[in-house]
Amino acid sequence: MALSNSGKNGWLLSIPALILLIFGAAGPLLIVVVYSFLEPGDFSGVIWNFTTEAWFRVFFERDIFDGTVSTADAHLTIFWRSLKLSILTTLATFLIGFPMAWFIATQPPNRRAAWLFLITIPFWTNLLIRTFAILEVIRNQGLLNSFLIWLGVIDAPLQILYTDTAVLIGMAYVYLPLMVLPLFAAIDRFDFKLIEAGYDLYASRWRVLRRIVIPIVRPGIVAGSILVFVPSLGAYVTPRILGGGKNMMLGNFIELQFGQGRNWPLGAALSMLLLVIVLTALLAYVRATSVEDRHNV
Amino acid sequence: MTEEAAVEARNAARYYGSGEATVKALDDVSLTIRKGEFFTLLGPSGCGKTTLLRLIAGFETPTEGQILLSGRDITDIPPNRRRVNTVFQSYALFPHLSVARNIAFGLEMLGQSRAEVGRRVEEMLDLVRLDRMADRKPAMLSGGQQQRVALARALAPAPEVLLLDEPLSALDLKLRKEMQLELKRLQTETGITFVFVTHDQEEALTMSDRIGVMRSGRLQQVGGPREIYNGPVNRFVADFIGETNFLKGMLEGGRVRLASGESLEVPGAAGQGEVTLAIRPEQIRITDDGPIEATLTQTVYFGTDTHCHLHLRDGTEIVARLQSPPSGEVGLTTGETLRLAPVPGAVQVLEGD
Ligand SMILES: Nc1ncnc2c1ncn2[C@@H]1O[C@H](COP(=O)(O)OP(=O)(O)OP(=O)(O)O)[C@@H](O)[C@H]1O
Ligand SMILES: [Mg+2]
Repeated sequence: MALSNSGKNGWLLSIPALILLIFGAAGPLLIVVVYSFLEPGDFSGVIWNFTTEAWFRVFFERDIFDGTVSTADAHLTIFWRSLKLSILTTLATFLIGFPMAWFIATQPPNRRAAWLFLITIPFWTNLLIRTFAILEVIRNQGLLNSFLIWLGVIDAPLQILYTDTAVLIGMAYVYLPLMVLPLFAAIDRFDFKLIEAGYDLYASRWRVLRRIVIPIVRPGIVAGSILVFVPSLGAYVTPRILGGGKNMMLGNFIELQFGQGRNWPLGAALSMLLLVIVLTALLAYVRATSVEDRHNV
Repeated sequence: MTEEAAVEARNAARYYGSGEATVKALDDVSLTIRKGEFFTLLGPSGCGKTTLLRLIAGFETPTEGQILLSGRDITDIPPNRRRVNTVFQSYALFPHLSVARNIAFGLEMLGQSRAEVGRRVEEMLDLVRLDRMADRKPAMLSGGQQQRVALARALAPAPEVLLLDEPLSALDLKLRKEMQLELKRLQTETGITFVFVTHDQEEALTMSDRIGVMRSGRLQQVGGPREIYNGPVNRFVADFIGETNFLKGMLEGGRVRLASGESLEVPGAAGQGEVTLAIRPEQIRITDDGPIEATLTQTVYFGTDTHCHLHLRDGTEIVARLQSPPSGEVGLTTGETLRLAPVPGAVQVLEGD
């Protein structure tokens, strides 16, 4: 009897989780959705009048004088830059992180822990400080330029700071551990005998990598890519410091609407858009990578 | 079976480490494996069997010497360009591919057309009797089935030589016996040269055309099962293959004076000096006119035969194996003094000790 009772009322146990979900996720999300359909207040906040103006303004702009409508090119540029930089960051962290993870996974077990420890050390430092460290390296009188000039490779400093490249370098550096750790976990479970089996069956190095290693460690690649791509898309601190005021990413632009821009509904609509892009990208990525055993080499 | 060489090792050696810590995993091995034969490398753990196999497969390069495949020096050819396939001890099946795709892998890498690959995969599935498992992933198969997939995968590209590194050691006894027969059948049907590694002497004797016995990186003896069993060249081989009794003695003019005092006629034994005699337990008879005196210390019943543990006069322990009579009782009592005689021709003279 006692057992069946607890079975019936088992849902009671999930109440804390439900409360957390409602107040922590669904609630705020709902507020954002509602705000995106309201009018902006004069100084900040919203006026409770229903309008789709904010959503319209995400994509289009209306000339103040004659009212002609054109696409909001400035916004599209920002979307595109965010998407491009996030994809490039994901690629860069993969290209750097894969050999790193491979190296660590093939170390003797006693040394592996030390390497993993080194990988996680940056997590202990504040993101701002890490970003300023990168700034110190790439600024005109910074380490990198001084070194290249000293080497004689260049005569004048390279303008890296306040470009998309700077943002890319910064994000790749900041998010690299998020790629390396899941890759390591996947490669660590990989049976290296399979590589020999591949060579034995006439596969070249490249084909062993492409047909055996990559498909088997794919869960790690998917996890690492998601962990890097999602925060990259919404990145705020790194593009703000390394990209300067001009090279905004979506995160900075949203912040602008809630701050100086005083357009909360537009900020809300942009936030929702970011969410939609992330979800779409995730779905597409998981779909594309879970198609088993594709035949192409 | 032709006399043509499939694989040749010429003074092949493989060392690991350097200086004081050098391990001679393989030490100056010269060996010819004939086309179409079932060749077994036999030896205790760590004697270098896997190392030799890896040299043939190309996973390791010899420190010294050469490896030849069908008369061609392949010492510096990478594994993916040797017509040699391996059945790994752990199977090493590709977990993300179905059984059929596993078997197809080598064929695809060789650039065969899809139709050809499909036909060959069907053929191999049929050969190892796994037709209904074609679409399963390896994880959904039993150990014996995985073993057969590994075999089919390695056989599919019709290699010149198939290497098998203790492929049966992970199977239980019954399955193991079954797979022994299966392997033998596959070898006969395909006509491919098999190089099989085991440390199980019974497996080696029952399956092989020829056996190479190894010890500490060196090849001790190469020969057919009967030759190795009945004519071991040294004490190690005699001891490793089957059970053997060793008796010390002095050889003089065709007779050996045993340490226990008796004299034993050994036809065909030339030379003189200290020797060790090897006699198989099943080749000892208990007869009243036997030349050797012994005391029975214990009998152990094994079903088909009974092992009699005996003491010679000087304390040497030997074992005689008698066929159990229908009653199961050999009719001997512990402590009894008996006389033993080796079956004619059963005594092997080994040099030294
Ligand atoms: N990569 C290596 N580094 C150092 N020593 C090695 C290496 N591989 C093998 N050895 C040594 O070489 C010797 C032969 O090893 P090998 O694996 O060939 O033996 P094996 O006959 O296959 O033994 P088993 O029956 O246990 O598989 C062993 O002493 C082993 O410790
Ligand atoms: Mg071995």
